[in-house]
Amino acid sequence: MNQILISSGFPWLNVLVALPLAGALILLVLGRDALARRLALAVTIVNALCTLPLLIGFDRSTTAFQFAHLYAWIPQLRINYAVGVDGISILLVALTTLIMPLCVLASWTYIQKRVTAFMVCLLVMESAMIGVFIALDFVLFYIFWEFMLIPMYLLIAIWGGPRKSYASIKFFLYTLAGSVLLLVAIIALYLHNGTFFIPAMMWREYGQGFQLLVFLAFFLAFAIKVPMFPFHTWLPAAHVEAPTAGSVLLASILLKMGTYGFLRFCLPITPDASLMLATPLLWLSIAGIIYGGFTALAQQDMKKLIAYSSVGHMGFVTLGIFVFNLHGLQGAMLQMINHGITTGALFLCIGMIYERNHSRELAHAVGLGPYMPWFATFFTLFSLSAFAFPGTNSFIGEFLVLAGSFARRPEVALAAIPGALLAAAYMLRLLQKVIWGGVNNPDQSGMKDLHLREILVLTPLLLFVFWIGLGPQPFLDYMNPTLTELLQHLQQRQQAHPGVGLDWSIFK
Amino acid sequence: MNELQASAAIMENAFLLIAVLIPLVGSLVVMTLKNNPNLREFTSFCAAVLLFFVVCSFIPALKQGQTLVYPIFHLLPGLSITLRADGFSMIFALVASSLWMIAVFYSLGYMRAHHEPKQTRFNACFALAIFGAIGVAFSDNLLTLYLFYEIVSICTYPLVAHHQDEESYEGGRKYIIYLTSTAKLFLLPALALIYVLTGTLDFPHNISQGVFSADAPSWMVVMLYVFCLFGFAKNGIMPLHHWLPGAMVAPTPVSALLHAVAVVKVGVFSTTRVMLYIFGVDTMQRLNLGIPTAYFVGCTIILASVIALSKDNLKARLAYSTVSQLSYIIMGVALLTPHAIAGGLIHIVNHAFAKITLFFCAGAIYIAAHKKDISEMSGLGRVMPFTFGAFGVAALSMIGAPPVAGFVSKWYLLVGSLEAHQIGILLILITSTVLNAGYFAPVVYRGFFGKAPAGTEESGIREAPLTMLVPLLLAVAVSVVIGIYPDFMLQFVKMVTG
Repeated sequence: MNQILISSGFPWLNVLVALPLAGALILLVLGRDALARRLALAVTIVNALCTLPLLIGFDRSTTAFQFAHLYAWIPQLRINYAVGVDGISILLVALTTLIMPLCVLASWTYIQKRVTAFMVCLLVMESAMIGVFIALDFVLFYIFWEFMLIPMYLLIAIWGGPRKSYASIKFFLYTLAGSVLLLVAIIALYLHNGTFFIPAMMWREYGQGFQLLVFLAFFLAFAIKVPMFPFHTWLPAAHVEAPTAGSVLLASILLKMGTYGFLRFCLPITPDASLMLATPLLWLSIAGIIYGGFTALAQQDMKKLIAYSSVGHMGFVTLGIFVFNLHGLQGAMLQMINHGITTGALFLCIGMIYERNHSRELAHAVGLGPYMPWFATFFTLFSLSAFAFPGTNSFIGEFLVLAGSFARRPEVALAAIPGALLAAAYMLRLLQKVIWGGVNNPDQSGMKDLHLREILVLTPLLLFVFWIGLGPQPFLDYMNPTLTELLQHLQQRQQAHPGVGLDWSIFK
Repeated sequence: MNELQASAAIMENAFLLIAVLIPLVGSLVVMTLKNNPNLREFTSFCAAVLLFFVVCSFIPALKQGQTLVYPIFHLLPGLSITLRADGFSMIFALVASSLWMIAVFYSLGYMRAHHEPKQTRFNACFALAIFGAIGVAFSDNLLTLYLFYEIVSICTYPLVAHHQDEESYEGGRKYIIYLTSTAKLFLLPALALIYVLTGTLDFPHNISQGVFSADAPSWMVVMLYVFCLFGFAKNGIMPLHHWLPGAMVAPTPVSALLHAVAVVKVGVFSTTRVMLYIFGVDTMQRLNLGIPTAYFVGCTIILASVIALSKDNLKARLAYSTVSQLSYIIMGVALLTPHAIAGGLIHIVNHAFAKITLFFCAGAIYIAAHKKDISEMSGLGRVMPFTFGAFGVAALSMIGAPPVAGFVSKWYLLVGSLEAHQIGILLILITSTVLNAGYFAPVVYRGFFGKAPAGTEESGIREAPLTMLVPLLLAVAVSVVIGIYPDFMLQFVKMVTG
C-alpha cells in the first residue's frame, strides 16, 4: 500500500464519462430522431472501444487504483474530482460499456416514439453508471449515484408498459429512501475524517458503534439496490414495466451497484460491523435465493420470471461476499459479471418475443421452437447458463461461491443448494414451454425468426457465456490482487478483535 | 502422486478430442440435411463408423500400459475439462460407439416403417446423446464427467418427448425433473465439497487410494458417497428409478439407446467411476461403504425383478429388467474384490448388447404385428422366428446362461461374492436369476408355442424389414461372441483391477 493511486497516461476514464454526456448533448441540440439511433450507437461503440486500452493497460499485479485522476473541485470542503479503477471496478466498467451498444441495438425498432429523448436517457445513464464505478470521492460518487435515478425513472415512466407510473414511482421512492441514509453516512464519515476521499476512509480504526451505524446506513442503500430479500419488491414492477433496454440496464448494471457497494465501502470502511453482521446477512442471502426461486417458479409473465430469478442470483453474490474467503469473493465478483451477461441476454430474448407478439405472457409464447430455430438456440444456451449448466459462466461463479461457503459455513452452503435446484426448475419450465409448449399450442406460424441485427445483439453475450465458463482465469486475474488484499485486511481485523464474527470452520 | 503414476505412462493424444467431436459434428451436419433423408442417415452412419475406428485406435497404446489424456480447457487450479482414455473408459466407449453403428441402421428402419415425424431432430439428438456418452466415457475428472452427464440429460429430452402428445410430455417432464434435480441437489454440492476438501476433481490413475486423505472427516466422506450414489440418478437405483419406466413413451430405438448405451449406462459408469476413482477401494473399505451398498442395490435387483414379472407391456417389463440389471453392476463394484469388480464392469458390456437386442425385438414386433402386450404375442414366434430367436438368446444372456455373454458377468459376480464372504449377496444373485428366467421365459414360450387366441387369426404378419432385422441379429451375435471369447473385453477390465 505504498501507493494508492497510479495516474499515468491518457485519462481514459474521463473519456468514458464525458463521451456519452457529450453525445447526449449533441442529440438534444440536434433533436432529429433519424439521426438519434445511429449517433447513440456510434457513441456507445466508441465508448466500448475506449475500454480496451483500460483492460489491456491494467496492471494485474498491484492493488492500487489505476488510471486515476484527481482534480480539486471544491477545495473549501476538500471535495475532489477523483476517479480510478481497481480489480473490483474494472470488469464492471467493461460490462457497462459492453452492454450499452447492445441496449441501443435492441431498441432500434422497439422504441418508436420520442427516439431522441430515449437515446439521450440511455447515454446519460451510461455516463452515470460508469461514474458510480470509478468515483473515488464520496461526493462525486453520490452525485453519480443519484444522477442515475432520473434517466432510469424516465425510461420506465415514458416508454414503459401499462403500469409504468406505479412501477417508476415505486422504483424512485425505494432507491431514494436508501440514498438518504447513504448521504447521512457519507457526512458522518466526512466529519470523522475531514475528507471525502474514499481510499483515505478505508481500514481506519472507527469505534464499533460508529461502524455499526454507518454499516446499517450503507446496507439499506445497497440492499435495496441489489436487491436483497426483503427489500426487493420494487424490482419485479420496475423490470416488468421497463422497455427492454431499461430491463437490461436494471438487471445487468444497476443491480451490481448494490453488491459493488458492499465490496467497495462496507467491507473496507466498516470491517468490524461487516464481520459482526455476516451471519444474518448470509441467511438473508439464502432467503433471497430460495424466495426468488419459488416465486420465479410460479410466474406466468416471462419478464417477471427473469426478474425474480435475479433476486435468487444476486443472493448468491451476497452469499459469496459475506463468507469472507477468496473463493467466495472471486465467485461473487464473477457472478456479478455473469448475471449481467446472462440475465441481460434473457431480457433481450424476451424483448424480441415481445416485439413480435406484444405480450409478455408465457402462455402466448409457447411452442416457438419449430418456427424460430435461431431464437430457440440462443434462448436454450442462455437458459442453460442461467441455471449454472457446467461449461457456462454461471457454473464457475456458483461453483466458487459454493466452494467458498462450504469451506467456511457448510450449513449455509447446503441451504443454498435448493436454490440451485429451483433455478434449474424455473428455467427448464420456461425453456420447455417456449420451445416445445404442450399439446394445444397457439398458432405461432406467423412468428418470424431472428434477423441479423438481433443475432448480432445476442452473439457477443453468448461468446462471454462460454469464455467465462471455459476460461475464467483471465477474468479472475484482474480481481485477484485487490480481493487478496481485502481479505488480508479483514483477517487482520478479525485477529485484532477476536470476539467479532465467529469463524467456526470445520475443515481446520 | 508421481510414483503412483509412474506405473502407467500418461501420453497426450489429440485423437481423444476428435473422438468426442465426431458425434457433435455429425449431429450438426445432420441438422442441415433435413431435405435429404438418405444423406442424413448416411452421415450418421459415417460418423458412427469413424467414431468406432478412432476409439479402436486407442487400444494398442493402452495395451502398452499407457493412459491417454488430452486437456481442453483449464478453468481454475485443479479444475479443468480434460479427456482421458484408460481401460475403464474403453469398456464404455467401445460399447457406445459400436452400438451407435447398429442403432443407426435399426432406427432408420423403424422410423421409416413407422412414418415417424421429425426424423431430423431425432437423428441429431441421437448423435448428441452419443456425444454426451462418449464424453462421459473419456472424462478425466469429475467436472468433465458432470458436464457430459448433464449434456446427456438435456439432449435426450427431445427424444423422450418425441411424439409431442400428452403422454410423452408427461414422461419427458418426469424424466428431466428426476435427472436434473438429483444432479443439482446432490452432485453440485458434492463437486464443491470435494474441491474444497482436496483441491482437485481429477481422477487418480488407480482404483485403490481415491482422492481423500486419511484425515478427511469420515462423516463427510460418507455423506459425499451417498450424494454421489443418488446424484447419478441415471443409474436407476430405487427409489429414484421412476423416470425410467416413464421414459418408455419414447420411440423404441430411443428406448433401446437409453437402456443400452446413452442414459442408464452413463449413470452406472459415472457411479462406478466415482466409487472406484474418487473414493477408491481403500477408503471404501476403511469406512465400510461397500457391503451396505451391495445390499442396498440388492433390494433394487429383487424388487425391480418382481415388478417386471407383473408387467404385461413388453417395453415396461424390459424397463424394470434394466433397473434390476443395472444394480448388478453397482453391486459388483461395491463388493470391492477384484473378481466382483470385474463382473460388475463386464456387465456394462454384456447388458448393453443383450438389452439393445431385446428392445430391438420389441420394436420389430411392434412394427411387424403392432403388438405391445406380451399376452397378445402368442404364436408370433412361428411367423417371426428370427426376431423371437434373437429375443430368446438375448434373454439367456440376461438370465446368465452359457455360452451367452451374461454368463461371464454372473460367473465373476458369484465368485466375487464368495471372495467377499457374502452369502446374502450370493442368495440375491440366485434369486434374481430365477426371477429373470421367470419374466423372460414366458415371452419366448408364448411366441413359439402359445396358441394364437381364437378368432384373431391374422395373416400377413411377417418379419420386420431387413434394416431392423440385420442390426438385431448383429447385436445378438456380438452377445454370443463375447460370451465365447470374453477375453477381448476382459483385458480392459484387467487394466482397471490391476
